[in-house]
Amino acid sequence: MQPQGRGAGVPLNDALSAIGRAHREEWARVVASLARRFGDLDIAEESSAEAFAIAVERWPVDGVPPNPGAWLTMTAGRRAIDRLRRESKRENKHREAGLVIDADPHEPLGAIDDDRLRLIFTCAHPALAMEARVALTLRMVGGLSAGEIARAFLVTESTLGQRITRAKAKIRAAGIPYRVPAAHDLPARVSGVLAVLFLVFNEGYLATGRESDPMRPALTAEAIRLTRLVRVLLPDDGEVAGLLALMLLTEARAPGRISASGELVPLQEQDRGAWHPALITEGHSLVRERLASGVAPGRYQLLAAINAVHTSARDFRDTDWSQVLALYDQLVRLDPSPVVALNRAIAVAELDGPEVALAELEDLEPALAGYHPFHASRAELLRRLHRSSDAAVAYQRAIDLAGNTAEVAHLTRRRRQLRPA
Amino acid sequence: MQYLFSVIHDEIELATAEEAAAIDVFNERIQTEGYWVFAGGLTAPDAATVVDNRRDQALVTDGPFLESKEYLAGFWIIEAPDLDVALALAGDASKACNRKVEVRAFR
Repeated sequence: MQPQGRGAGVPLNDALSAIGRAHREEWARVVASLARRFGDLDIAEESSAEAFAIAVERWPVDGVPPNPGAWLTMTAGRRAIDRLRRESKRENKHREAGLVIDADPHEPLGAIDDDRLRLIFTCAHPALAMEARVALTLRMVGGLSAGEIARAFLVTESTLGQRITRAKAKIRAAGIPYRVPAAHDLPARVSGVLAVLFLVFNEGYLATGRESDPMRPALTAEAIRLTRLVRVLLPDDGEVAGLLALMLLTEARAPGRISASGELVPLQEQDRGAWHPALITEGHSLVRERLASGVAPGRYQLLAAINAVHTSARDFRDTDWSQVLALYDQLVRLDPSPVVALNRAIAVAELDGPEVALAELEDLEPALAGYHPFHASRAELLRRLHRSSDAAVAYQRAIDLAGNTAEVAHLTRRRRQLRPA
Repeated sequence: MQYLFSVIHDEIELATAEEAAAIDVFNERIQTEGYWVFAGGLTAPDAATVVDNRRDQALVTDGPFLESKEYLAGFWIIEAPDLDVALALAGDASKACNRKVEVRAFR
């Protein structure tokens, strides 16, 4: 017979799964509240990590505390104070040069006064390089380890560690505030945060590196989780809702997107039955919510609406292309970039035929010569016009430029299947 | 915190009358708002003189220390609570003087 458990001890698996849950749900809150209390991201990060390590020791023995978040924040706070006592020199230093500990009183924060939001805005600050913003956001807000982030972006752990250290040093030295931006700055700053999250999502959805798996569901899941968090914190922001909808409607199609042989499957060949119905339902409902708001949509909302049209069609041929084109026309007005013009031209091909679309592409060539989707799209149009040898050249250009292994496999097959002219 | 706004420019022309007027308006504003510490425009870099007295005798050379396309045309020193405030001011400064502005905090 097993001896009876003593005290409040719980089975190890229960304790570990409680810690895993607390890590997902409470990490950002613990780091954010410590960062505000101690005015230093280093101390916040290290003490939070220590608190979780202590939980791994204590919870299986003492039991899972009734309020894990409060326990972790309190434990991390004690570790931070111990650390500051031990390194009292450092305390002086951080008082001199540290973050602005409290928000400026002249800026009312209202409903969005949440430490996690301050943390997100600090990590995604426009004065930091994009790669530093991504690393810092995933570490400080997402709770990913330096090793996990390094693997995701194909850099060594020490490079990634330096990137984070340098970013934290700049935050201190340059006086980047720990604060939700003022109302007039908010739209631009939110869009900076969303750019970070969208980059993480895209890197998971279609990895750019040849060394990487073609799709990394852990990264798309993390991007969605963080975007959900931003939506909780900024529920009235249309672009936050738009980005979440865009991610959900894109992620919904993941199950049909890579073939058994590891090739990327284009939209027209995907098994729509394999798509994720719950994600589509949620994405559509967000798009409807934004439409009902009557507020002019931003970039992410328009992209989400385009994806809603695609995910509403039972079949590729049922796609409402005139709706897709109307949405791209709106998007071009907001964002007249050549990449948007390229995607618009793909919709034009479905409505007005490949010849018209190809003419539009020719104008984009100078700007997009190094962008593999341009050559892949051009190759598809040339194929439809039976210009096989031109198509073969365009496929080859796309293959040379593409990094994603599944995409390269798909393009290689398409080129092989060209009929001789 | 105090920040240095370095005005970075790649042409020798000094500020036009219009730019100078816009700079005056900006300066008056940041004085009123309490951000002003000091500011000044500099003469062209070819009027610079470099002094090096790290060894026994001061060595005086004509011309700028570095021959570079971009040079420091002027600067502001401002007092601001944090980088966000400094960056907003730097945006207005850049618009007023019609040149790029580099923002660095003093230690």
